[in-house]
Amino acid sequence: MKLTLKVWRQKNAQAAGKFETYQLDKVSPDSSFLEMMDLLNDQLLNQKQEPVAFDHDCREGICGTCSLYINGHPHGPDQTTTCQLHMRSFHDGQTITIEPWRARAFPVIRDLAVDRSAFDRIIQAGGYISVSTGQAQDANAIPIPKIQADEAMDAAACIACGACVAACKNASAMLFVGAKVSHLGLLPQGRPEAALRVEAMVAQMDKEGFGACTNTGACSAECPKEIPQSVIAMLNREYLLASVASRQ
Amino acid sequence: MYSDQLNARIPEGPLAEKWTRYRSVLPLVSPNNKRRLDIIVIGTGLAGAAAASSLGELGYNVKAFCFQDSPRRAHSIAAQGGINAAKNYQNDGDSVYRLFYDTIKGGDYRSREANVYRLAEVSTSIIDQCVAQGVPFAREYGGLLANRSFGGVQVSRTFYARGQTGQQLLLGAYQSLSKEIAHGRVKMYNRHEMLDVVIIDGKARGIIARDLVTGKLERHSAHAVVIASGGYGNVFFLSTNAMGSNVTASWKAYKKGAFMANPCFTQIHPTCIPVKGAHQSKLTLMSESLRNDGRVWVPKTQEDAKKIASGQLKPVDLPDDRRDYFLERMYPSFGNLVPRDVASRAAKMVCDDGRGVNESGQAVFLDFRDSILRLGEPVIRERYGNLFDMYEKITAQNPYKTPMMIYPAVHYTMGGTWVDYNLMTTIPGLFALGECNFSDHGANRLGASALMQGLADGYFVIPYTIGTFLSKEILTPRIDTNRLEFEQAEREVRHTLSRFLGMKGSQTVDTLHRKLGQIMWDYCGMARNAEGLQKALDMIADVRHQFWTDLYVPGSAEEFNPELEKAMRVADFIELGDLMIRDAYNRNESCGGHFREEYSSGGEALRDDENYTYVAAWEYKGEGQTPALHKEELIYENIELKTRSYV
Repeated sequence: MKLTLKVWRQKNAQAAGKFETYQLDKVSPDSSFLEMMDLLNDQLLNQKQEPVAFDHDCREGICGTCSLYINGHPHGPDQTTTCQLHMRSFHDGQTITIEPWRARAFPVIRDLAVDRSAFDRIIQAGGYISVSTGQAQDANAIPIPKIQADEAMDAAACIACGACVAACKNASAMLFVGAKVSHLGLLPQGRPEAALRVEAMVAQMDKEGFGACTNTGACSAECPKEIPQSVIAMLNREYLLASVASRQ
Repeated sequence: MYSDQLNARIPEGPLAEKWTRYRSVLPLVSPNNKRRLDIIVIGTGLAGAAAASSLGELGYNVKAFCFQDSPRRAHSIAAQGGINAAKNYQNDGDSVYRLFYDTIKGGDYRSREANVYRLAEVSTSIIDQCVAQGVPFAREYGGLLANRSFGGVQVSRTFYARGQTGQQLLLGAYQSLSKEIAHGRVKMYNRHEMLDVVIIDGKARGIIARDLVTGKLERHSAHAVVIASGGYGNVFFLSTNAMGSNVTASWKAYKKGAFMANPCFTQIHPTCIPVKGAHQSKLTLMSESLRNDGRVWVPKTQEDAKKIASGQLKPVDLPDDRRDYFLERMYPSFGNLVPRDVASRAAKMVCDDGRGVNESGQAVFLDFRDSILRLGEPVIRERYGNLFDMYEKITAQNPYKTPMMIYPAVHYTMGGTWVDYNLMTTIPGLFALGECNFSDHGANRLGASALMQGLADGYFVIPYTIGTFLSKEILTPRIDTNRLEFEQAEREVRHTLSRFLGMKGSQTVDTLHRKLGQIMWDYCGMARNAEGLQKALDMIADVRHQFWTDLYVPGSAEEFNPELEKAMRVADFIELGDLMIRDAYNRNESCGGHFREEYSSGGEALRDDENYTYVAAWEYKGEGQTPALHKEELIYENIELKTRSYV
């Protein structure tokens, strides 16, 4: 395949960025999108030019490191991670525009790599159950209905890639926060801290500069792990309950 | 003949009581002293995150480092199948002893009894801990935990969270770590890579780390350093490891005096998606569970194989009498469910015979036709739907209609940094946990045991055993990073960085990494022989020469520079490759994942217990010097050594 790539280039967080255009020949339709990027970088290196910086690691769709806003969609046209997107989803001669995640809370580090440590800080605010090593009782001491455990697992499947933020016109992180609040809130082990957790996580989310949610559902539609929009409903419900309780 | 420099410090007493007794007499550090002691943890996978959070909870000052953009991304996250624990919730006869026995046998009798027994013993606490953290393990309708079976055992002891067990366990550990970060007891350094360990008066006292965003070199001191940096499968370039997985932390430790044990013990997993072309950057695993319902075959003749590979003949159209179901033929009693090392070797053998079924000749079929006929497509979809979808996404072929193509790939490394029972290396104050140490899996790891070991080391071993060292350090003041040793280590790192940047050669890091990987795969992969290994040693030396004279790394050291990061890692992989080959050459026997063609009979491994029931621990002797071999004898007091047979 022959491709025309329009790639966002930005030296660092302070520098102004711009699109550069590259031509790429001999792209195998069987290669993954990131392998196509490897090919581009190989070409640039052979021309003694700076390669394009982008984040990636496991390349099996689970670590959440890869990002890229491809032709107007986070992770490209298929509902999967960029590393699992293959070039056969594009056609010969196509022009592909590649941008970083765009959000105030995700500053660009270089080219297509962004800083998503805001997500870490939201988890640190309360996205955990306070149990120290050694404090646990027997694993089967608390039965949990299968349906509830499955629902918690659906929410826990979030890989924190940030596609939800990139897809949202307001750069809201409600799907990410809702997924963690739902995962832990659906389990009996997570209930004792549920109210504290949701208030602390939402406060941190606001502090990081993520936008408000207007329920367009773009986040869930673009989520490579298909985290359901219902986690946002649960987040809102938990938040309301917590704020009523704290007022009392 | 056995080295007196290697003291495994295995406690006295009967096997089943060693750990309990030892734990009760280990020296403790009082809470007010813990506050004054600093610990560095490298890596935040299962072992590292579990260790950092548990040590933080105890009151130590912990600094944790990961090269990823978040501790939650470590490659433990990619583990699919599950985690073993001797809970015996299924009432099927499981016990701590049975898990211990299975692990020793699965490792082909090349691991330490006492360590493995402790692993089996603490496995049950891991499940308790993870459930309390909110890990959403699979459950039955009654609300209790579900189990499944895994390769090489006869009980159901594997706990799982769909096909994402590693992800959920890691998130549990990551959340626990986040709690400690929030409480200020752990300081987290994302996007930082350890580039050297600093030794002062013979003890590990700190590291040199590079901030990968700014490129700045940093000095961090501590009273003890814990390395939990994972395995080194990427020495083969193509593996199921993440792109960033590397050996650098353990290799720097090796060069500062930590012995490297059994480096040639690597696990080649039989069911991975085959290499498709030169563009390929990594390999994807298809879960071992598929072999429950899939039949492995190649055509009986090279002629048919060629026709299939070139597309002239569809595999579904080849009648059964022209197919060779080679695992069923060679191992009638175990069939398609032989252990990983055996299945991998057999696949290689038929492909070497010219009967591989893709263009490169390196693929065999895993066929679900008969299972679909027997059970119906819905049943197969329910069991393996997500794997079939993943396969289709990558290969654009529908495995319900045409057999999957699979081939073995590098997956895990059993070898690693030598540690004693306390998980301390040969450098006092330097500890190694998880995949980066060598201790528990011998020459072959059983499925669902890697997660178990990482969490056992991090949650339930190191919090106790680190006290053996730190209890003697309570009077040691905070280590000054202005000391000469730090300055010298930093200068050496700076020198290497500028050497790479200044070379301006013609080859990229990836080009040379691929060359290294090809040599390792061809000569130190699934089958090895003395002649090939000797040849490979020269070839590696040549790659190394090219790497240090003709490398091209763009940009500068004072910026975000992924090519420079890769160069630093590959430099260490090349040196490791040399050591792996020496280790494979030294071990004149076949055991587990180490298959020496000269020591086999009819394609079956011949172990030599008389001469090789030892751990080969290698000591770095300096640039250009041959490393020294130290042998730790493996003593089996509780288990009788037997030949594994699957025929």
